[in-house]
Amino acid sequence: MAVIKIQRPKLRFGEKIYLTALCKGFFLTLRHAVKSLMGKSMGAKDLASSGLGVTMQYPEQNWDAQLPAYYRGAPALVTDEQGRERCVACQLCEFICPPKAIKITPGEIPSADPWAKVEKRPAAFAIDMIRCIYCGMCEEVCPEQAIFLRKDYVILGTSRKEMVHDKQKLYAIGGVRTGLVNKWNELK
Amino acid sequence: MLLFLLLIKIVALTFCVVLPLVPVSVYFERRFCAVIQDRVGPNRVGIPLTLFGFKKDCGILGIGGLIQPIADGIKLFLKEDFTPNHVRKAFYWLAPALTVAPALITACVIPFGTPITLFGHTEKLVIADLDIGPLFIFAIASITVYGITIAGWSSNSKFPFMGGVRSTAQMISYEIALGLSIIPVLLYFGDLNLSHIVQQQADHGWLLLPLWGHDASHPLTEKLLFWFPAAIAFLIFTVSIFAETNRMPFDFPECETELVGGYHTEYSSMKFAMFFMGEYAAMVIGSALVVTVFLGGWSLGFGTDSWISNLSLGGFGYGGLIHLAIFIAKVVAFILFFILVRWTIPRFRYDQLMKLGWVIFFEAALVNVFLAALIVAAPHLQGTIISLGALLLLIVTAAIIWVAQVSEAKPNNLRA
Repeated sequence: MAVIKIQRPKLRFGEKIYLTALCKGFFLTLRHAVKSLMGKSMGAKDLASSGLGVTMQYPEQNWDAQLPAYYRGAPALVTDEQGRERCVACQLCEFICPPKAIKITPGEIPSADPWAKVEKRPAAFAIDMIRCIYCGMCEEVCPEQAIFLRKDYVILGTSRKEMVHDKQKLYAIGGVRTGLVNKWNELK
Repeated sequence: MLLFLLLIKIVALTFCVVLPLVPVSVYFERRFCAVIQDRVGPNRVGIPLTLFGFKKDCGILGIGGLIQPIADGIKLFLKEDFTPNHVRKAFYWLAPALTVAPALITACVIPFGTPITLFGHTEKLVIADLDIGPLFIFAIASITVYGITIAGWSSNSKFPFMGGVRSTAQMISYEIALGLSIIPVLLYFGDLNLSHIVQQQADHGWLLLPLWGHDASHPLTEKLLFWFPAAIAFLIFTVSIFAETNRMPFDFPECETELVGGYHTEYSSMKFAMFFMGEYAAMVIGSALVVTVFLGGWSLGFGTDSWISNLSLGGFGYGGLIHLAIFIAKVVAFILFFILVRWTIPRFRYDQLMKLGWVIFFEAALVNVFLAALIVAAPHLQGTIISLGALLLLIVTAAIIWVAQVSEAKPNNLRA
């Protein structure tokens, strides 16, 4: 590769004595500051700014409306339109979970239950949200379409215990999800 | 009684005027730089009145974050004050005090306003009305560099040491330009007392805005003619003040990219905060000095000052307080300029700083002294002597420019 010699730009006298360049710089910065104050910074609209710079001020404003469909928030269990809890306590998600955040205690479905043929459901299901890394592997591995990553990202607690989502909480976050494959239904 | 009054004045002016300007300038710095960078800055900290049973937290003037400097101060007080094992303890403890104290001492010769009259007693709004104002400030302010150098040396660690050494070199190269640049101003006013300098500016127009108060001894033409050396002096003086206060673009003692944290790398907690405070206090005093000498100090200008200073309400001459407010407004405006400069101009290279100090500003200040002397003396001299002096000045200037350019010329390469 040949050496390319680049000519330094020839400076005019005004640029050489530096003062005019300085003043230009001041006005540039000031203009930028005024723009920023009026909420007209570049990209302020796309970033849904608060009107000062490009910053969205979090607790008052949030990004929820702009969250993409593939956003990976808190993992949660879902029930379907028949009111059946989808999880069959196969524990695949527990085994694949990279940070070992999921803990499942399988339980039996009593024979009196209309869904007795499913045989198993979780007696307890806990996800430690301090450990969870939101990788989505649980969702990917689940053969029953029972666990999904939702868009919740505000997960708060004042103790480690509070940060563990138990079964009840997981179903509360997950809610009812329709349009899933109901493979346990009777064939018609 | 007199001592008591003096004590009140010291406490009121130093601790209620100058010191509060430090957190205010920190707040302005953070908000202004945030705005420049399209951010928001600290806008949340208010007075937590809800802790005391009130319904709402208080944000002053509807602007949050005004309490941020106080929160920062509390944080710094509560931090662990860690003294590393390898430092030279006595100097390590002395250094922060040596940085803050001079900056606050210099406040004593700054005239903050016209006298206040209360209960028939008139009190000047200046702590010590010295007849050697600027000299006193230069003498005390240069002690600040001892603080920084001692901090760098006593930390007994290489980066702080480099910071300390740099600050010494920087101080040497700028002190001369700083001192020389103000000489034309002193020549013009014929007085070293800052109060008198401001009074003259109030009566006959600011040094950089001489548009009112013309009379026989202060003709407009002479004032306009003196505007040029005054402007040069202002430029050199301002830049030197930037260097003196270790602000961008001359913050070599603490440039993060090269020296980790600079001279205060080994400091923590309130000792670090004192360096921080010292820097900002120096900035406040520097702006106060520039405003006092070049921009009319406490005067509002256009001949309104005698009216303001005579304002009184039932024996309470409150004109001085208005002048105080005007002065503080000017100082804050200049501090904003300081901040604008910091977030506009990138840091100089070290040799560029030395060259600027020794080769350009020193010579420019020197020539400026002669130019100012010629203009001040011109009305008393004959035409031939004036033109002779001007010719001489031209020759000297040309010679200096020529020398500067020759010293700049690259040496010829022996091998092509």
